[in-house]
Amino acid sequence: MLLIDCPFCGKRTESEFAYGGPALAPRPDPAALTDAEWVDWLTVPPNPLGWVEERWWHARGCGAWLTLRRHTVTHEIAEVRHGR
Amino acid sequence: MAGDRLPSRGRIDRSRPLRFRFDGRDYTGFHGDTLASALLANGVRITARSFKYHRARGIIGAGVEEPATLVELEGDAASGNRIATTVPLVEGLSARAVHAWPSARFDLGAVNQLIARLIPAGFYYKTFKWPDWHLFEPAIRRAAGLGAVPPAFDDSYETRHAHADLLIAGAGPAGLMAALVAGRAGARVLLMDEGIEAGGSLLAHKAAIGGRDALDWVAGAVAELAAMPNVTHLQDATAWAYREHNLLMVHERAPRADGLRGRGWRVRARQVLVATGAIERIIGFDGNDRPGVMLASAVQAHLNRWAVRPGRRAVVFTNNDSAYTVAADMAAAGIAVAAIVDSRASVPGTARAQVRGIEVLPGHLVTQTHGARGLRAVSVTAGGRSWRIPCDLLAVSGGWTPSVHLWSQSRSSLRWDDALSAFVPDRPAQAVTAAGAAAGATGLGQALRQGAEAACAALGLPAPEVPQAEDAPYAIEPLWTVPGAGAKAFVDIQNDVTVADLELALREGYGAIEHVKRYTTGGMAMDQGKTGNLTIVGAVAERLGLTPPEIGTTTYRPPYTPVDFGAVAGQQAGPVVLPYRHTPLTAWHKAQGAVMYEAGARWRRPGYYPREGESFQQTVDREARTVRQGVGVYDGAPLGKYLLRGADAGRFLDLVYTRPMSGLRPGQGRYALMLTEDGLIFDDGVCFRLDEGRFLVSTSTGNADAVGQALEKLLQVERLDWDVTITNITGQWGNATLCGPLARDVLRAAGTDIDLSGQAFPFMAIRDGSVAGLRARVARVSFTGELSFEINVRPRDLPALWQAVLEAGAAQGIAPIGSEANHVLRVEKGFLSLGHEVDGTADPYDLGMGWAMAKGPADFIGKRSVLLRRSSDRPRRELVGFRPVDPERQVPEGAPLTPQGRKEATEGFVTACVRSVVEDRWLGLALLMDGRARIGQTAHVRLPEGAVAVTLCEPVFHDPSGERLRS
Ligand SMILES: [Zn+2]
Repeated sequence: MLLIDCPFCGKRTESEFAYGGPALAPRPDPAALTDAEWVDWLTVPPNPLGWVEERWWHARGCGAWLTLRRHTVTHEIAEVRHGR
Repeated sequence: MAGDRLPSRGRIDRSRPLRFRFDGRDYTGFHGDTLASALLANGVRITARSFKYHRARGIIGAGVEEPATLVELEGDAASGNRIATTVPLVEGLSARAVHAWPSARFDLGAVNQLIARLIPAGFYYKTFKWPDWHLFEPAIRRAAGLGAVPPAFDDSYETRHAHADLLIAGAGPAGLMAALVAGRAGARVLLMDEGIEAGGSLLAHKAAIGGRDALDWVAGAVAELAAMPNVTHLQDATAWAYREHNLLMVHERAPRADGLRGRGWRVRARQVLVATGAIERIIGFDGNDRPGVMLASAVQAHLNRWAVRPGRRAVVFTNNDSAYTVAADMAAAGIAVAAIVDSRASVPGTARAQVRGIEVLPGHLVTQTHGARGLRAVSVTAGGRSWRIPCDLLAVSGGWTPSVHLWSQSRSSLRWDDALSAFVPDRPAQAVTAAGAAAGATGLGQALRQGAEAACAALGLPAPEVPQAEDAPYAIEPLWTVPGAGAKAFVDIQNDVTVADLELALREGYGAIEHVKRYTTGGMAMDQGKTGNLTIVGAVAERLGLTPPEIGTTTYRPPYTPVDFGAVAGQQAGPVVLPYRHTPLTAWHKAQGAVMYEAGARWRRPGYYPREGESFQQTVDREARTVRQGVGVYDGAPLGKYLLRGADAGRFLDLVYTRPMSGLRPGQGRYALMLTEDGLIFDDGVCFRLDEGRFLVSTSTGNADAVGQALEKLLQVERLDWDVTITNITGQWGNATLCGPLARDVLRAAGTDIDLSGQAFPFMAIRDGSVAGLRARVARVSFTGELSFEINVRPRDLPALWQAVLEAGAAQGIAPIGSEANHVLRVEKGFLSLGHEVDGTADPYDLGMGWAMAKGPADFIGKRSVLLRRSSDRPRRELVGFRPVDPERQVPEGAPLTPQGRKEATEGFVTACVRSVVEDRWLGLALLMDGRARIGQTAHVRLPEGAVAVTLCEPVFHDPSGERLRS
């Protein structure tokens, strides 16, 4: 169970949060992309053995959507920031 | 015959005899005994039957490593899958062996032994595959049952949350020393140990610390810790899982002083010290599971701690020095030690010196055991010669394996230690250190020093004084299995995995240790392979011509020892796990005799209001007809509602809905779909503009939280610079929704200052005003296809509003409507329902709702993906209506449609089927492959009792033009 340092609430246990998936690149202008580029943005998030960026929602806290840098092996969290 | 109690010594209280029952027979033991030591003292040799082959098994270990004897406790203390060596004996204890039926002595399942060769490794995977698993499952579960599931949760468990500067797992010499150092420095210490008593390995053998009996030192340490307010010391408590960020799960068994069966601790620790000791390994040779074969350390523990002689005439089989102390203790206790069989070519002099007068056989192996109901002799071999040595006890030591389970669960790494022939802790992945035997220490003095150093390092303290203790030498030459070991040489005694199984797995190409583990199930039992995991690794490595570090270990998984479900759940059981939500009218609904359902998102809602003498169907028909012909009212409070405010709220809604909302005028609303970015329908709802900067959005009841989450995510992650504020106001409004052709008359009669004429208050409009003297917001939406007014008031005003509209509508025959009738009405109208037609696979065109996709260049979430999908002409499931050819035939929701109703791949399924009041027959909706093109044709619903023919039609059965809801 992670301990997430919410920038607004301080260290809170994972059960206060909802996982919100991998951090995708900013939503592109769909009209400016080819079909392949669109599918790539939408469905191919990175899944490395190591550092990932992902979204967590402080659902049972302040309601902030956070972006975490988390290590998938050690679960170390290097950074927590609001928004993207 | 075998086994008896020594007249003196041990940590039992001979003045406190205890009566107990095992497998239906009565015995006596002493206070201080475990169930296992008491059984051994009573000469009970067969205490279990094995899981797969139902082989007779006895006590093998002395603590949590015991792989064979699992028991179920009966009576007040009922609990399943307890390890006999860890169950403290109490007066009246009643237990029975888990695997054996009707008892361990006489076991019908033993016939499995006769077909043992028919159950090789991988048997389950090869045999019990779909579609035939159901043929085997009942028999397998009966034959292989590992205990019964407790019948129900009770409330005698609790959860406790705690924080600690230093959590210490293990109160042996290293753990106690660390606790003393940290406690004296004032740190918040949580010390826990799985044993009944503190002391760890010191309880099992004689040792000295600081020049006095080690157990005196233990008693002193425990007393000193008890006096420290900053130290919490738990015994009979196991840290069974090491989770992320130093969260440890601890199972405290039977904290009787508090009247509890168990307590689950969740401890967030700044630093963790793993001082969990080491466990002795088995060696793979044929018959190494025969009752009378024990771990050498277990023999020693039973002699010294419980004063039990597990046999009269013993052989020792070892590959290392530690068993020599055991042999000396055995001889001193009056056990005739016939021989020490040592696989090493030469034995160190320090070891030999301990066992003068006992025959030592270096370079020898035990290859087999003999005896029908327990051990009678062992076969010993050397230099091609083989002979038998009679004995009733074989003490085996395959060397010591540091208990790195917790360490590894923390994701910290291991390294191979050649001198120990074992994996030891290497680099920590969290704030964790290891000390003592768990860290590879082999001497007592070393363990004490490591414990003290670990505490100092964790807390930044100066080096303390550490009492002196001896560091006895320890040497080992690995021996995993003896040559010729096969189908009766067990490497996982609990799961009945043999050397032959390992070899079969290797022959069939499973060379990776994780694959070997899964294929053979070795190490996957409740004991987590404590005595045999490394033996498996070593044996596999040997057969592949590799070294153990090249093979690696399997993943150590929680729980370390069995954990009561109750200790995980705590008080979070039964109705408090997920509490229900109630509307302000719940009491009224119940008083009317409504049958209450969950209506999504844990809302309790009336399903229907049966009247005297009515059947279910009659009630639903009456309620639905009331709405179609007169007027009904329902409690719509659970409907999800969000308020969006801010200068950018309009364009934000344009982005999330399939139709633009920014162009709405105040007081006007629009129905639209909300899609996921991959172009599938996520929700549908109505959005009203209240004034220039405020919008009110409604969502499906069950989806309200998910919609809120998605809106917030989009806003905070993608559009943080936009001026939008989203507020969930579901609970801030109650509503009574009048529906039916007479709804306007009732609302007028209830008294309102809102102009209700169709011109002034058209469909999809919203008005603020007063209704029945209450401040209200009235919306003209319809979920039934009839003229409707959704009257929203403050929740506290809802009961008054409800009464007012019921009285106002009495003349028109108004009646309350439940969700069952609502379901009929929405199906007749072809309205979507979350979880029925909206199942996460459909896009707007699939449901015939292409009209809800805004045309033009404007972008919205999901649009690109819908268009991309539409550019392919692969057939898709599409929404259709259907009428069973037999109008009285109901088909169940979810039933598959297949070509001609044959046993073929499904081409769709029934999403809803109701008895229609407008057509007076059964009809429904379905998602069907290429369904739109098949309207007018016949399709077939496949049911167990046969195919049901249905005629496909447009998915709307009532007022297709929508005149009634607009009236
Ligand atoms: Zn927060």
